[in-house]
Amino acid sequence: MNAKTFTIVLLILLPGLGVQFAQERQSGVSVHRDGWDRVVPDAPAAQKPAPAPVRDLTGIWEPTPRYRDGVQATGARNYPADGKPEHELPFTPLGLETWKSHKPGFGVTAVPVAENNDPFNLCDPIGFPRIELFNLRAIQIWQNKNQAQIVYQNSQVWRNIWADGRELPKEILEPRWYGYSVGKWLDDYTFVVRTTGLDERTWIDNVGRPHSDELMVQEIFHRVNQDILELTLTINDPKMYTRPWNALDKFPLRLQPEWFDIREQVCAPSEAADYNKTIAAEAAPEKKR
Amino acid sequence: MKNWVGILIVFLLLIAPALAHHGNAAYDEKTVTVKGTVTEWRWINPHTFLKFDAKDEKGNVVHWIGEWNNPSTLINFGITVKSFKVGEEVTVTMRGMAKSGANLGRVSKVVLSDGQELSMGDER
Repeated sequence: MNAKTFTIVLLILLPGLGVQFAQERQSGVSVHRDGWDRVVPDAPAAQKPAPAPVRDLTGIWEPTPRYRDGVQATGARNYPADGKPEHELPFTPLGLETWKSHKPGFGVTAVPVAENNDPFNLCDPIGFPRIELFNLRAIQIWQNKNQAQIVYQNSQVWRNIWADGRELPKEILEPRWYGYSVGKWLDDYTFVVRTTGLDERTWIDNVGRPHSDELMVQEIFHRVNQDILELTLTINDPKMYTRPWNALDKFPLRLQPEWFDIREQVCAPSEAADYNKTIAAEAAPEKKR
Repeated sequence: MKNWVGILIVFLLLIAPALAHHGNAAYDEKTVTVKGTVTEWRWINPHTFLKFDAKDEKGNVVHWIGEWNNPSTLINFGITVKSFKVGEEVTVTMRGMAKSGANLGRVSKVVLSDGQELSMGDER
């Protein structure tokens, strides 16, 4: 095939594959692009999705209807720290005391960035479940009969979820930033994951909700149809909370095209230091003139 | 840098800017527009920021910093690592100024010398 023929074939095939290369940039309007600078098509409004495949979560998923719906800057989506009574968490005395010791940048307990003690400011691992309760962007799920693996855009990290029948560790000898996870299929479309052994240095969400070594997180991944995956995430930590609470409740993710490239979103210590030195230092109260 | 580059500050009490991802407690609700010259454009996480110099009424150079959203968000609004060049003239509108009084604000719009506007529209 000569170059001219190749070019013609390419021009014919690409639109059929749904690939849209960089169109003219238009500021002021959100045109969603993947990491390869391809325009991501909007979800078809009138098209009925195909049925969900059986016991299959594989694919690239993004929050929907807006790709930024997983940012959750003011805390877990179901319980933002906004001062509303219905969003108050059932803290134990220890839970409340620990939360007050955390100095987040957002929510009702927000402090100026210079006073912020968020471990993620220094690029400590964001950890689980915060990886799903703050800046939940694109994820890719890989799966075989023994395990599912979730790759996250945020921090470019992954988790392994064992589905080979093993139990969670009886004793945690080495707490992990992303914990120990086991999953099983409740039915052909519902995968339930339990995670424990989580490092206490991590925050649950972006407003510093705390957890202890007794935290047990349950995720329910429910494949509604071919296009939609719903995530429900429950926090159960009797040291910090008097009852379990749902941080996410059927949070929807949409299947993305197979060509979708997950962009880098990495917390680099040198960049964080530059940001903290430049922005935090200028915003510090002692700078007041 | 052109000598006539000046500083135009307009204080307007507007609605507080909504959220970025790293904290806005250090900012108030003022809106300020400054005309200046780009000295650095940092395309980094957690947030990008634009450094630029302007001149006050007496002709003294004043250093400014405009904090903006993270790259993963800005890229979808037509704003990229190549959006600003050192030495380029810009007019920067910031909604939310540092309570410390520093010349630091949250960028809402930048107008380039050719008139092109860069912004996230109504989103923050």
